[in-house]
Amino acid sequence: MRLYRIAVAIGSLCLFAIAAVVYGWYQTEYLGGNPLSAPAIGGPFSLVDDNGNAVTDQTYRGKWLLVYFGYTFCPDACPTTLNAVATALTALGPDAERVQPLFITIDPDRDTPAVMKEYVAAFDSRIVGLTGSPEQIAAAAKAYRVYYQRIGGGSDYTMDHTVLLYIMDPNGRFSGFLSHDQTAEEIVQKLKSLF
Amino acid sequence: MRVLLPVLILLCALSTAAAQDTKIGDLLIASPWARATPGAAPTGAVYLRIENHGADGDKLVAAATPIADRVMLHTHVVENGVAQMRPVDGIDVAAGATAELKPGGFHIMLMDLHQPLRKSDVFPLTLTFEHAGKVEVQVYVGSVGATGPGN
Repeated sequence: MRLYRIAVAIGSLCLFAIAAVVYGWYQTEYLGGNPLSAPAIGGPFSLVDDNGNAVTDQTYRGKWLLVYFGYTFCPDACPTTLNAVATALTALGPDAERVQPLFITIDPDRDTPAVMKEYVAAFDSRIVGLTGSPEQIAAAAKAYRVYYQRIGGGSDYTMDHTVLLYIMDPNGRFSGFLSHDQTAEEIVQKLKSLF
Repeated sequence: MRVLLPVLILLCALSTAAAQDTKIGDLLIASPWARATPGAAPTGAVYLRIENHGADGDKLVAAATPIADRVMLHTHVVENGVAQMRPVDGIDVAAGATAELKPGGFHIMLMDLHQPLRKSDVFPLTLTFEHAGKVEVQVYVGSVGATGPGN
């Protein structure tokens, strides 16, 4: 019986150690929480904003970024997320000044700056739409580990795409992400816990 | 026609605001709605609920509307954080069951809209069922961020 207790104690310790290692990995690698390592998600990008101006990741330093990749032909996921972001901005009140939502298209062939501007304005004009050349978009998506793929041919094609909402801190470091079905309240709570 | 269209839309809106359920055979089509389209986006999605009160299953196999060039039945799934939209050949409604078309799942996709969908617009949509046949419903357009009918 005594042996059994010792075995249970050692087993528990092992489980605890494994959990600690996994948690440490999650914090440093998955969430990019270790300031000494390069950010796991995010990085330099060079794109065109919805007024046609060239911008980079440096343009938005000093603001918390909400970064979402999508496209304007998207009838379902993108309006859901952008509406949640718009509602969150309103709920944040004056704190919204500290936040810059970026909607980056993964369909640059159809999404020109003018198309992007009109699209984001339907939700909240504080959201900035970003587009660019296919190469610029590919580089930005790679930095954020975003997957996208054109499905179907002709003018009716749709896009598969990652639907996570990334949060970057004012220094451009990855702070976390929210899943596609997040609510405005969850976005506000997450941001307030980070501010 | 330019003057007539908004008037027609308004009349439709007034007449259908109260009654949004449509019956065909044993099927009840409840609360068809769509989101307003942002900017010049030429695509939209229609959501609705199909209740099958009969003893036999049926299947929604097609839809059409005069306000869009093409209409497709789609499903929407998210796997590993990646959204995938795929055409489906039909949406089954088993006997006694209800099929929900809602954001994040099945939807009727409108492609090449002739005009943007604006909040409070109402437009006709013809649904074709494998057994029950064709039925026209009126689709109510909610806000750009609507999450259900009537908002």
